[in-house]
Amino acid sequence: MKGHPLFKFRLYVAGDALNSAQARVNFSAICRAHLLDRHEIEIVDVFREPKRALADGIFMTPTLIKLTPAPVRRIVGTLSQMPIVLQALGLEDQAI
Amino acid sequence: MKSARSQSSRMHTPTKAPTGIVGFDEITGGGLPSRRTTLLMGGPGSGKTIFALQFLVHGAQHRKEPGIFVAFEESSKRIVANAESFGWNLADLRRKKLYFMDAQPMADMVQSGNFDLSGMLAALDAKTREMGTRRIVIDALDVVLALLPDATAKRREVYRLHEWLLERELSGIITAKADGDETSSFSQQPFGFMQFMVDCAVILNHSVVMGVSQRNLRVQKYRGSSFDENESPFLIGTSGLEVDATRTLGRVNAKVSNERVSSGVERLDTMLGGGYYRGASVLITGFPGTAKTTLAGAFAAAACARSERTLFVSFDSDSNEVVRDLASVGIRLDRYQKNGCLRMASARTITGSAETYLVRIKTLATEHAARCLVIDPMSTWSKSGNDSNAHSVAERLTDWSKANGITLVCTSLLDEMSSQTEGGSSSLQISTLADTWIQLSYLMQAGERNRGLSIIKSRGTAHSNQVRELVLSDSGVTLADTYTAGGEVLMGTLRWEKESAERVANEVKEVATRLKRVKLDAEEAELEVRVKSLQVELQAKHVEKALMIQTTKSREGELSRGRTRMEELRGADVPIPGRK
Repeated sequence: MKGHPLFKFRLYVAGDALNSAQARVNFSAICRAHLLDRHEIEIVDVFREPKRALADGIFMTPTLIKLTPAPVRRIVGTLSQMPIVLQALGLEDQAI
Repeated sequence: MKSARSQSSRMHTPTKAPTGIVGFDEITGGGLPSRRTTLLMGGPGSGKTIFALQFLVHGAQHRKEPGIFVAFEESSKRIVANAESFGWNLADLRRKKLYFMDAQPMADMVQSGNFDLSGMLAALDAKTREMGTRRIVIDALDVVLALLPDATAKRREVYRLHEWLLERELSGIITAKADGDETSSFSQQPFGFMQFMVDCAVILNHSVVMGVSQRNLRVQKYRGSSFDENESPFLIGTSGLEVDATRTLGRVNAKVSNERVSSGVERLDTMLGGGYYRGASVLITGFPGTAKTTLAGAFAAAACARSERTLFVSFDSDSNEVVRDLASVGIRLDRYQKNGCLRMASARTITGSAETYLVRIKTLATEHAARCLVIDPMSTWSKSGNDSNAHSVAERLTDWSKANGITLVCTSLLDEMSSQTEGGSSSLQISTLADTWIQLSYLMQAGERNRGLSIIKSRGTAHSNQVRELVLSDSGVTLADTYTAGGEVLMGTLRWEKESAERVANEVKEVATRLKRVKLDAEEAELEVRVKSLQVELQAKHVEKALMIQTTKSREGELSRGRTRMEELRGADVPIPGRK
């Protein structure tokens, strides 16, 4: 697993709303399974930092942004459909 | 008690947020519900975005109500660019009073599972506090709703948004696409329930009837307010939306005037007992070439000569052509055009709906502050897919001009096919609306066509019931009496011939009379002479007679005297009686 780049994520959530909570749970599971020890997550609560949501153009919550490695990807939703999420993150080969 | 009063005073705060859209505020009695949500539905290109944006611009510009525009579909850059032509000065407003939020879902965005709009509401919350927002537009909510996986989620998000709007006491517009124009289909759509939720629902409709674009607007519901329930046509004009509000009850305040205005033809004024009434609507019908335009032009010229501002709308020919053509019959409009009294507008009716023209005419007339209005011809309106609404347009124009005290003269072409008779005017059926109806016709006779004019009706005016001949010459328009001979109406050359024949006959008769008179004079003189000579003769006879009597008398005297003398001389005896 060495030589793999570090994944940086930012997850925008809306307080502890149901969708946001689900996304947090789902995403932790994905990270544990596929990106153990090589990811960083920043969680932004849009209720606490609305200006940041505005500046970053976050209108739907939850939204996950993969900042590195390129390309930057946005995934909206509870991240419940694992194959879609993995494909979007470029991790589909590791899913097998 | 106190709380009750404060309650009532709150009730009296303005409950409507004016939209600044011409006509729409009239339909709704003041605008959209203030601090409540309005749903704006319509198909693609029906004008939702412009309507919504105009609402914000009006608030920001005139009501000190800053606004936020949430753009789910078009980017704010494009919206601003598209709205540039309306002269709303968006660049200036954007600095402080108008904020555009680009919320278009990105093309490469991946979606997995449920999501909600809390992010947007949080962002809006921040912005609303910062700006003191009073108005908000959520444009194309359907775009984001479409991403939600199921109907429950859609419904939940709509309610979330609605709740948020109400809580913040914002006057909001949510626009959503709706296919088709049938209202029934809306409820079947995923967001159909929105109509039940919101306080006001407006449907914009853009349809094409026989190649002519027709835009309609209808207020479907408006809680707690009366409104015009009918479809109102609108168009996207130079400064935004313009809705043609159908006259609502209570707005009819036509100024009825007894003043007469000249028709521009002296004899016609006489026929009408002084001219048209001010504020009346006059209809001039006739076949092509019966001098409808000329008569209308004469009216315009007369109005301008009284320095009344006049608008002349020509649908058939270019305005310069009209001026030139009218100049050939001595109606000179160019000078009035130059001094600004007359405004000529030309509008070909190849495309464009009657509604569009109505709104434009009204705008032009208002701009020009016209007191007299000429529409030449109105019948073009009923062409090209406007059949259904041309009548209502004509009706509204008549009402409008009446309410504004504008004297309206419109011409209407009679279709050779549809109406050989006078009664079958035109599909416009404007004849019933017109106060004065002048019919121009041709009379075919002896190889000529001559123009005849008759007044079919003229409300409130005694008018001549005779057909007159309309004579056009380079010195103007005149009316001539027609010649009725043996139950036949003569016009043109025949009238002229008949008239000159009559003149000759009259002359001959006159000469004959004079001759006879001379003769009689002579005879009389002769007789008088004879009477005189006879009198003289009679006198002579008298004298003669008198003389004769005298002579006889004197002779008798002489005789008796002579006898006595002789007897004396002879010394004869005194005669003894009884003896000889």
